[in-house]
Amino acid sequence: MTAPAGQVGPPLWLLAELTYRCPLQCPYCSNPLDYASQEHELNTEQWLDVLRQGRAMGAAQLGFSGGEPLVRQDLPELIAGARELGYYTNLITSGLGLTEGKVQAFAEAGLDHIQVSFQASDPELNNAVAGSRKAFEQKLAMARAVKAAGYPMVLNFVIHRHNIHQMNDILALCENLDADYVELATCQYYGWAFKNREGLMPSKAQLVQAEQEVNGYRDDLRNRGRPMKVIFVTPDYYEERPKACMNGWGNLFLTVAPDGTALPCHSARLLPIDFPNVQSQSLNDIWYHSPGFNHYRGDSWMPEPCRSCDEKDKDFGGCRCQAYLLTGNADNADPVCSKSPHHDRILAARTAADHATAGLDDLIYRNARNSKLLYRG
Amino acid sequence: MTLEKTPKLRRGFRFQWEPVQQSHVLLYPEGMVKLNGSAGAILAEVDGVRPVHEIIRTLEQQFPDAGPLAADVEAFLAEAVQHQWIELS
Repeated sequence: MTAPAGQVGPPLWLLAELTYRCPLQCPYCSNPLDYASQEHELNTEQWLDVLRQGRAMGAAQLGFSGGEPLVRQDLPELIAGARELGYYTNLITSGLGLTEGKVQAFAEAGLDHIQVSFQASDPELNNAVAGSRKAFEQKLAMARAVKAAGYPMVLNFVIHRHNIHQMNDILALCENLDADYVELATCQYYGWAFKNREGLMPSKAQLVQAEQEVNGYRDDLRNRGRPMKVIFVTPDYYEERPKACMNGWGNLFLTVAPDGTALPCHSARLLPIDFPNVQSQSLNDIWYHSPGFNHYRGDSWMPEPCRSCDEKDKDFGGCRCQAYLLTGNADNADPVCSKSPHHDRILAARTAADHATAGLDDLIYRNARNSKLLYRG
Repeated sequence: MTLEKTPKLRRGFRFQWEPVQQSHVLLYPEGMVKLNGSAGAILAEVDGVRPVHEIIRTLEQQFPDAGPLAADVEAFLAEAVQHQWIELS
């Protein structure tokens, strides 16, 4: 299963999921459903060792995420270590647990960028989705503190059927906070979001309306000479061709989960594949030689219709996790593709989205109680 | 482009040499651009202090066989402004 030398490039992006612990309960969380039973976390020295190995292999972009990475008391130490190694360091946070003092301390440790995620443009909806009463106010204060400390300001909003009507309000809020970049990321249906898909997925009509609003706002920004970049990630469930997931399996991205499990993406843990752990193997061995990372490299694993498809070099057959979740076999073509024999499952999800009536109360929130309930038996 | 203006990397952008990629790169929030040789050579001179005409003169001294470089340098810097990598003041 070892990939021929020279064909596999270095892992340029390293995502360090420091913890699964989080004060919020977002029902679209990308963490595994059984996260509550995986409490083990690498210690500071183990993380620093992972960072050193990754950097030596060529990783340049480093994301600290989770869970909520701020719950790790050693975060300043990890940031300083990473910056010293030459990483561009990104902190991906809900803003909960952040203080002006920490924002300053991280800047001194060399943190390059803080991305603050929001759930909506108003406190009621934001706090309902986040499952936290004080979240919105704290996020606003921290977004302002991040900006005041001189970081580039990136705000992230996860978009779903309950906030997709807020595009203008969301963008106005971002402008008011003086954001440099705004990511409007429609839910990707993995982890908790897959469990809650019917209650989260927007209808086609909602999506069309949202795209119009975003494009209108972009024109408006341009006319006013305001350099705020707006990225709108539309849901692949409304595409006819799959996304080139992670730019190819084991091609650029390397995720290390809280317990040291190395993954080609943060969702891959749900696949029935044995992934190696940084505690028992070097990162170099993991990336270049482990069966887990070589599993879907190249295209010899592909069944039809991918095998003979002239677009297979463009999208690599789409997303393995999505194929697994929707067809039960991760080798299959991503059902988003209209050539997939399972495309009807995507069509059914679209129809369901047109008729969905679930409210926020009907969603399964991401918390330890629900995680244990889902995985008791 | 005014030759008297001074280019500077925008806040949040970092320019560095990556030994594994054997190239200069520009890093920014969740992004990385691998630069070709000439783009790397130009951005290496962008320090927020020296104006465009001095950068051109420095590069012409570094690459005496390349002939006049003003047009190429100005075109690249204009592109870099367009991408919002740098700003001119």
